[in-house]
Amino acid sequence: MSKLLSIRNVGKSFGGLHVLHDVSFEVPAGSIYGLIGPNGAGKTTVFNLVTGLLPPSAGAIEFQGESLVGLPPHKITHRGVARTFQNIRIFKEMSILENVMVGMHDHLAYGGLGLFFNTPAYKAAERRARERAFELLTWVGLAHKAELVADNLSYGDQRKLEFARALATEPKLLLLDEPVAGMNPSEKTALMEEIRNIRDRGYGVFMIEHDMRFVMGLCDRIAVLNFGRIIAEGTPEEVRSNPEVIEAYLGKEEAA
Amino acid sequence: MEWFNDFWSTYSTLVFTVGVHMLLALSIWLTLSCGLLSLANAAFMGIGAYVSALLTLNAGWAFPTVLLAGGIAPALVALVIGAPVLRLSGVYLAMATLAFGEVVRITVLNLDITGGPEGLNGIPLATEGWHIALLLLLAFYGLARLRRSKVGRAFEAIKEDEIAARLMGINVNRYKLLAFVLGGFIAGIAGALNAHFTFFISPREYGFEPAVDILTMAVLGGTGSLVGPALGAGILTLLPELLRFLHDFRSLVNGAVLVLVVLFLPKGIWEPRRIRAFFRKGGQA
Repeated sequence: MSKLLSIRNVGKSFGGLHVLHDVSFEVPAGSIYGLIGPNGAGKTTVFNLVTGLLPPSAGAIEFQGESLVGLPPHKITHRGVARTFQNIRIFKEMSILENVMVGMHDHLAYGGLGLFFNTPAYKAAERRARERAFELLTWVGLAHKAELVADNLSYGDQRKLEFARALATEPKLLLLDEPVAGMNPSEKTALMEEIRNIRDRGYGVFMIEHDMRFVMGLCDRIAVLNFGRIIAEGTPEEVRSNPEVIEAYLGKEEAA
Repeated sequence: MEWFNDFWSTYSTLVFTVGVHMLLALSIWLTLSCGLLSLANAAFMGIGAYVSALLTLNAGWAFPTVLLAGGIAPALVALVIGAPVLRLSGVYLAMATLAFGEVVRITVLNLDITGGPEGLNGIPLATEGWHIALLLLLAFYGLARLRRSKVGRAFEAIKEDEIAARLMGINVNRYKLLAFVLGGFIAGIAGALNAHFTFFISPREYGFEPAVDILTMAVLGGTGSLVGPALGAGILTLLPELLRFLHDFRSLVNGAVLVLVVLFLPKGIWEPRRIRAFFRKGGQA
């Protein structure tokens, strides 16, 4: 399997506070990779570094063999990295359909003149975008609500919308920040199926998740982050039996 | 037709002013629609007015080219100051753009070519009603098309959540600059039109007060649509005239109306969603 994303010796500090030390791992194409760890371990910071919202203090981040360090977020999206957020960030005042169409921004190739004169090429591009948006919304089960204002959606539906919007950017690697938070068990199972589907189409999926059953059941490989360091990396079985991981999650057994 | 001629000879300037104010309100709508509180539009209008008036007076250019130049000049200025200024947001952007307005006003006040504090006199009357109507229609049409396209969606996404917008692949800085420059262009054309029917322009017309007035028009009407700013411009221009019978109390009542609208209609007078809901409720009752 070829590597899609590779993170090498990455460090991040805010002033004197070292959030990440010497973090290295690789996300292969066509697989689901999980990043887990206790609260405050620095998981979301890893996502922020990969998507260009923050610059790393040290180390290299490469996507398909090319460095992402120093690129602005929209260019990283353009390269094929999309993400969702832990604290959902949909565009609440826009319709659900428009939310997804914003994700297609980069793929609508018309200029100011086509827009002003409403040329056939412009119309065709907009129509295709609408159709594609409907396709994605059908896929996540929100098509019947397409014209609603996004703010009216339930929490679980907002997550699904964010998911559809991220896919609209046509990513090669999808970063999911706690995708099942706030979902009920049947929604979780359905999403698990969707994520497997996405992987089987050749995408890479890189997720942060707290729900252990979800992570262990879904991920091909897992990295464990604790206090800004990778303490374990491997298949779910390897990680599960790693004593350091057990200690990080359950605490150390008292000697006496 | 008798009554029309009477009406027109008395009120044509007022009607022209309504049209120009509508253009100005639309120009600030652009920046507001991507969440930027920029107060530079009065200065852009001033640049458009002075550049066009000087070209008419000294170079004798034809009116259409003068209008175009009146739009392009402030657009170029917006392009240059946009990169540093648009890094700011919220009140800091408002302060920086107001400061820019003061710089423009004081520059115009101290130059010889602009006539200093006395302004420019004897600008030929070239603007006709249909010029304003046509340009207003063009602006309306263009902005309406913009709103429905990926550009309009990008503006709204930036207004709602800049970080999410960036991660959707939107070059946020470029779109902010686009809104700023286009706004400058429209405001400049409004200034050029205005200069060619008022006969006289002076630096005072482009200072702090008009900058705030333009913002008030857009906010009063409502920035959720294009109708809102135009409606706000119409109301704010006509209200003082309609309240003339109140003599000394005129500005008092004018101000009271503004405060009441802002208090009770925080999203402006023209808010399609609220208006639809109102009629739906009315239908059921």
